[in-house]
Amino acid sequence: MTPITHRRTAWSLILLGATALGLSLSGAAQAADPIKIGVIAEAQSIAGASIPQAAQMAADEINAKGGVDGRQIQIVAYDNHSSSADSVRAFQRAVNEDKVHAVIASYISEVVLALMPWAARLKTPFITPGAASNEITRAIHENYDKNKYTFHGYLTSAALALSVCDAAKELLVEGKKMKSAVIMSEDAAWTKPLDIGYQECLPKIGLKVLDHIRFSPDTTDFTPIFNKIEAAKPDVIITGISHVGVQPTVQWKNQQVPIPMFGISSQATNSTFGKDTNNAADGVLYQGVSGPGVAVTPKSVPFAENFKKKFGNYPSYAGYTSYDDVYMFADAIKRAGSTDADKMVAAMEKTDWEGTIGRIQFYGKEDKFTHGLKYGKGLLTGLMLQWQDGRQIAVWPKEVAKSALKFPSFIKFSAN
Amino acid sequence: MLALQILIDGFAISALYALGATGFTLIFGVSGVLNLSHGAIMVAAAVAAWAAASVFQLDSYSGALVGVAVAALLSLATYFTVVQPIQRSNKIPNEEKEIFVLTATLLWGIMIQEAIAYFFTNNAKTVLPIIEGVVNIVGVRTPKNELFTAAVCCLVIGLLWVLVNRTRTGKVVLAASMNPRGVTILGFELTNVYIVVWAIYGVLAGIAGVLLGMFLGVSSYSVGPLTASAFSIVVLGGLGSVSGSLIAAFVVGYLETFTAYMISPAYRSIPALLLLVIVMYIRPQGLLGRR
Repeated sequence: MTPITHRRTAWSLILLGATALGLSLSGAAQAADPIKIGVIAEAQSIAGASIPQAAQMAADEINAKGGVDGRQIQIVAYDNHSSSADSVRAFQRAVNEDKVHAVIASYISEVVLALMPWAARLKTPFITPGAASNEITRAIHENYDKNKYTFHGYLTSAALALSVCDAAKELLVEGKKMKSAVIMSEDAAWTKPLDIGYQECLPKIGLKVLDHIRFSPDTTDFTPIFNKIEAAKPDVIITGISHVGVQPTVQWKNQQVPIPMFGISSQATNSTFGKDTNNAADGVLYQGVSGPGVAVTPKSVPFAENFKKKFGNYPSYAGYTSYDDVYMFADAIKRAGSTDADKMVAAMEKTDWEGTIGRIQFYGKEDKFTHGLKYGKGLLTGLMLQWQDGRQIAVWPKEVAKSALKFPSFIKFSAN
Repeated sequence: MLALQILIDGFAISALYALGATGFTLIFGVSGVLNLSHGAIMVAAAVAAWAAASVFQLDSYSGALVGVAVAALLSLATYFTVVQPIQRSNKIPNEEKEIFVLTATLLWGIMIQEAIAYFFTNNAKTVLPIIEGVVNIVGVRTPKNELFTAAVCCLVIGLLWVLVNRTRTGKVVLAASMNPRGVTILGFELTNVYIVVWAIYGVLAGIAGVLLGMFLGVSSYSVGPLTASAFSIVVLGGLGSVSGSLIAAFVVGYLETFTAYMISPAYRSIPALLLLVIVMYIRPQGLLGRR
C-alpha cells in the first residue's frame, strides 16, 4: 500500500470509531441525562486542590452504585487561580455553556461573595465547601428570594469563633489555668466576624483579651508582630489565619516565641503542613471539622483513607466538605425528583445528612444564619487538633481526643 | 531594647536585600539587561532547597546547595533561551531590544512562577535552617540562623568584591561594564563575559533565595514583590552601581523594619516606596548613579 492509502485507511477508521462513539454516547444520553455539577476551585493551593478531587470521588462512588435514579453524576472542574474574576467567568461558563445543574465553589470568602449574585441571576444552586464569612449567610437572610440559591457548606466565622472558645474553655482555661490572650488575625473578609466572635466569647470563658492584632495577609516578616504580642504577656495567642500559615508558624518556632498558638489556622489542616514548615508546626493547635484518623462520623475515616490511596495525600478541610456537598446535592435531587433549581433549593433546605464532618442541617429562612450549617452538639461542633511529632492529633472534644496537649520545649506556661 | 531589636532585625533583612540586589545590578551594569525574572529565580532556589530537604530527604547543607545550583542553572537558561536570542536577533531594531528583553524576562519570570505553583502549590515553603536555636543578645532573643544569614550575605558580598577587583576574570567583567567595545578590541569574547556574569548572578540570587527561604519563607506569590524590591533598591541606589545598591539595600531594609516596628507591619513597604518617588524627582540617576 502507498502511504496515501495508509492514511486514508487510518482516517476512515478514526471516522468510524468517532461515529460509533457518538452513537453510543447519544444512546446513553437518551437513556438518562447526566447530572452535571460544576466545581470551581483554587487548583494551585493545597486547600483548594482537594475540592475537585473529593467531589470526583463522591461522584464516582454514587455512579458505581447506579447514580441518582439512573442518572450519572458528572463533575466539570474549573481552576479559578484564586481569583474572583476568573471564578465569575467559570461560573458563567459552567451554567451557560456546560449546562451544569449545581455548583460547588471555592474556600475563599471574597470569591464566594462575588459568585453569589451570579448564582441568583443564573438561578443555579451553589454551595461553598470552605469559605467562612458571615456576610454569605447574612446576604441570604436579608435577600432570601434573590440569594436563596446559595448555601454555606462550612461553618460561619461566628460558629468558628464559638468552636474555638468551647475548646479553649476546656483545654486552656480549665486544663492549663490560662487567664489572658492576644488575638492575632489576618485582615480578610472572613476574620472580621471571627474577631467580633472572639472578643465576645473569650472573656466569657475566662480569657482576658490583652491585645488584638490584625495584620496584612501579605506580611512576610512576623517578628514585629510576635514582639508586640510578647510585650503584652498573654498566656495564649488566639489565631485567625488562612491566607498565611507556613510563615508565621516557622518564624514562631525559629524565634522561639514562648506562647502557644491556638485557634483557626487553615493551612495547618493540610496534611502537608508539617513538611511545608519542616515540622515547625509541632505544638500548633488548630480548629478543624475533620482530621486523619478522627472518626467524627463513621464516614470520616474511610473517606480520608480512600482519598489518600487515590491522591497520595489526605484531603484538606474543604475536601471533606466538598465530598459531602456532592452527596447532599445528589440526595436533594433524589428527594426533589428533579434538577429544577427551585425544587433543588427547597430540597436542600430540608437536608439532614450524616456527612464526613458531622450531621449536616441548614439554618432556615427565619434564622440569622440562613443556609449556614447548624452548629451544636449532635450536629457539628468542630474539633481541636494539634500537630504533634509531625502528625495531626485530635485533642478535643474528649470523645475523639487521642492525646493530651504537647508543646515544644520553648513554650513557657506563665500560669502554671 | 526595641532599638536594638530594630538594629538586629533590620541588619539581617538589609543584608539579604543587598545580596539579592547586587547580582541584579551587576547584570545591568555589564550587559544592560534588567532581569525581571529575578524574583522567580530566587523563589525557585528556595523551593528547590525545600524540596531537596523534605521530599528527597537531603540534609540542610545539601538542600541549600541544590537550591543555589538550580538558581545558577535557571540564570544561565534565562540568558541562553531568553536574553541572547533577542540580543542577536536581526528582526528586532537595536533601540527596541531593551524593552523586548524587559518584557521577555518578565514573562519568563511568570512562567517560572506558574510552574512552581503548579508543581509545588502556591502555599509557602520554608527551607530548613542550617543553624537551629536562638541566642540572647542583650535581652533580644535572636535566632542563630538570622545571624548566620547576615554573616553569609556579608561574606558573599565581600567575595564578590574580591572577585571583581582582584581577579583577572573580575577585571574583564569590570572593564566590560565600562566599555564593552574596548573589551572586544582587547580580544575578549563578550559572550563569555556575559556567561560569567549570569553565572555569578545565578549563584548570588540562589544564595539570597535560599537564605530568604530559611529566614522568612517564600511562596510563588513572593515572585512579584521580590522583583519589585530588587528593582526599587537598584533604582534608588543608581542603576548599575553596585555600591549604590548596597547602600540603598540598607536604607530600604532599615526603613521597612523601622516602619514595621514603630508604625505597623501593614505599612512596611510604603515609606521606602515614597522615598523612591522622592529620589526620582530630585535625583533621577539614584543615590550613586552614573548617568
